Amino acid sequence: MRVVVEKRDTRSKRMAILIPLVSFIVSLMLGAIVLIASKSNPLQAYGAMLNGAFGNARRFQYTIVESLPLLMCGLGVGIAFRLKFWNIGAEGQYVWGAIGITWVMQFWRFLPVPMLLPVGLAVGMTLGALWAGVPGFLKAQWSVDETLTTLMLNYVAIGLAEYLYINKWKAPLGNMGTPEFPREAWLPQIWGKVHAGIFIALALVVLLWFLLYKTRWGFELNMIGKNPKAARYQGVSIKRNIVLAMILSGAICGLSGSVNTAAIAHRLTKGVNAGYGFTGIIIAWMSGLNPFASILVAVVMAALTTGADALQIAMKLPESMGEVLQGLVLIPLLAGSIFVEHKLKFIKKEAA
Amino acid sequence: MDFITKLLAATIAMGTSLTFATIGEIYTEKTGVLNLGMEGTMLMGALTAFASTLASGSLYVGLVVAMLTGGMLSLIHAFLCVTMRANQVVSGLAITMFGTGLANFLGQRLGPVSNNYNLVGMNLPKKFDNIAIPLLKDIPVLGAFFDVSILTYLLYLIIPFAWFFMYKTKHGLAIRAVGESPKTAAAMGLSVSRLRYLYTIIGGMFAGLGGACLSLSFTPSWNDGMTGGKGWIVIALVIFATWNPGKAVIGTLVFGGITSLQFSLQAAGIKMVIPTQFLAFAPYLITFFTLSVMTILNQNRKGAFASPSALGSSFAIDDK
Repeated sequence: MRVVVEKRDTRSKRMAILIPLVSFIVSLMLGAIVLIASKSNPLQAYGAMLNGAFGNARRFQYTIVESLPLLMCGLGVGIAFRLKFWNIGAEGQYVWGAIGITWVMQFWRFLPVPMLLPVGLAVGMTLGALWAGVPGFLKAQWSVDETLTTLMLNYVAIGLAEYLYINKWKAPLGNMGTPEFPREAWLPQIWGKVHAGIFIALALVVLLWFLLYKTRWGFELNMIGKNPKAARYQGVSIKRNIVLAMILSGAICGLSGSVNTAAIAHRLTKGVNAGYGFTGIIIAWMSGLNPFASILVAVVMAALTTGADALQIAMKLPESMGEVLQGLVLIPLLAGSIFVEHKLKFIKKEAA
Repeated sequence: MDFITKLLAATIAMGTSLTFATIGEIYTEKTGVLNLGMEGTMLMGALTAFASTLASGSLYVGLVVAMLTGGMLSLIHAFLCVTMRANQVVSGLAITMFGTGLANFLGQRLGPVSNNYNLVGMNLPKKFDNIAIPLLKDIPVLGAFFDVSILTYLLYLIIPFAWFFMYKTKHGLAIRAVGESPKTAAAMGLSVSRLRYLYTIIGGMFAGLGGACLSLSFTPSWNDGMTGGKGWIVIALVIFATWNPGKAVIGTLVFGGITSLQFSLQAAGIKMVIPTQFLAFAPYLITFFTLSVMTILNQNRKGAFASPSALGSSFAIDDK
């Protein structure tokens, strides 16, 4: 008997739901092996993680806060991914968002204080958009490989941010980091640790869902990603749309950086490149580029991080267990992804 | 003069790790597989090399274990990208996430009981020391090339071999064909999957070796995340070398030199005109410009630019 992988006529909805579920269970089992090998009880460890991520209101809030930048970066890169444009520069665009809002808060003091926050968010968004627009333009105009350019630009942005908070914009007192933003210009907290950024993130989900599924532009983006030839025959400009999608993508990742900086650190400092942009890529891919599904995926991935923090306190296990599990969720998921668009066909060998 | 010699020595020491991994990734990418898992693979290589050397007392056991670990991590990547036709970018990021997490996790588990199971702070009984070649080592400045560890001498042999194998042998032609036009390669009777598997695994073994260079020779110790982004520099170096293993060494000397310069200038107490952070991101900016300018210049000359055409895309015979 021979096994052949065959393309399905349509995407399998059943598989699209079943595979993530099975993958999650498989990854927990693989994680259990790592835990047993390090002489820990996996059930106890997972219990501690679950408790650490959702156990009480304060922990739940912390998980939500952690999920917001992941969600926003995931939404951002998801737009570019629709065009099969591999924007892996979300990290750098996020960092530019943080730089932008810090610039406004520190040097645009001619503005009335209540104006600082909205202007700062807008500037952060713009810088993120510009940083993403450059590789977008290079790709559209000369087909310069976007995966590699966006990746390289990440480290340029991170290095620049470091230069700013260690040297140029450093607060005169204290160690590393710029001066704190004026308290009136912080993004307010609305429920314990949860800040108003949650409204921005959820509004983006709805807005993008509408844009991608209900407008002509969303339809065009989808067509370019699925069948660029057909799109060209229909008179859709691929070049223009690549640049536009990248600018929007970068704007959202930039906004994510501004929002998080205005809500949590209140200044540009160490840890601005926390990897939200990279995890955002995974969020976008795992959610199948669906904005609503991104919410769930972002919360699960955030819970693995916050849960792992608790694991360190409760069971003295290294917090890097969170990263191990995040990686482990992806492996079976990636392996299974083929079955959404393909199916196995068993062919009986006929007697010759 | 003394300053330059010291800088060159530091550059070579750091560049050894980078070059091993870069040659590995070049071979992987030449077959059309992009492996962004380098950072995680190198870190796992550094960890397993250190842990197994500590346990066995032999540096060579450390090297072998690091290579096996690197090969196994890349086998996962090959399985996902080749057999399961998964997205190479996401798969690579997953390998980096998993590898980094697991290395940092095991670093706090594999140590001796006396050190609370921690590997941080442990010292190796020995390391790969520099071996000086008489006479040659006395050449002004360039003598630094002949006072290096055995790993670097090994690299001197591997670089020309890797170039020769890629460009002057039939097998090398097969590798390039698979990355350039898998369809044609398959029609010629080459097994696209087998070559991609093979060179993704070999690439991972080289990355593991690159990691081992760090923990057994360059900074003989274990620290969380001790590769510090070197895996990403490797991705940049591959582009900078235009996917040519012979040119990989130029990139590592330039990039390694820039990085070493930061430390050397600081150590020498020289006041800097350029902030250190600018030196830190210079390699990435240079690579960004190299890639862009070369792609633009080669617009009308198909095939002149060395980036493998099928890089990043999966391949199946039945694809239309």
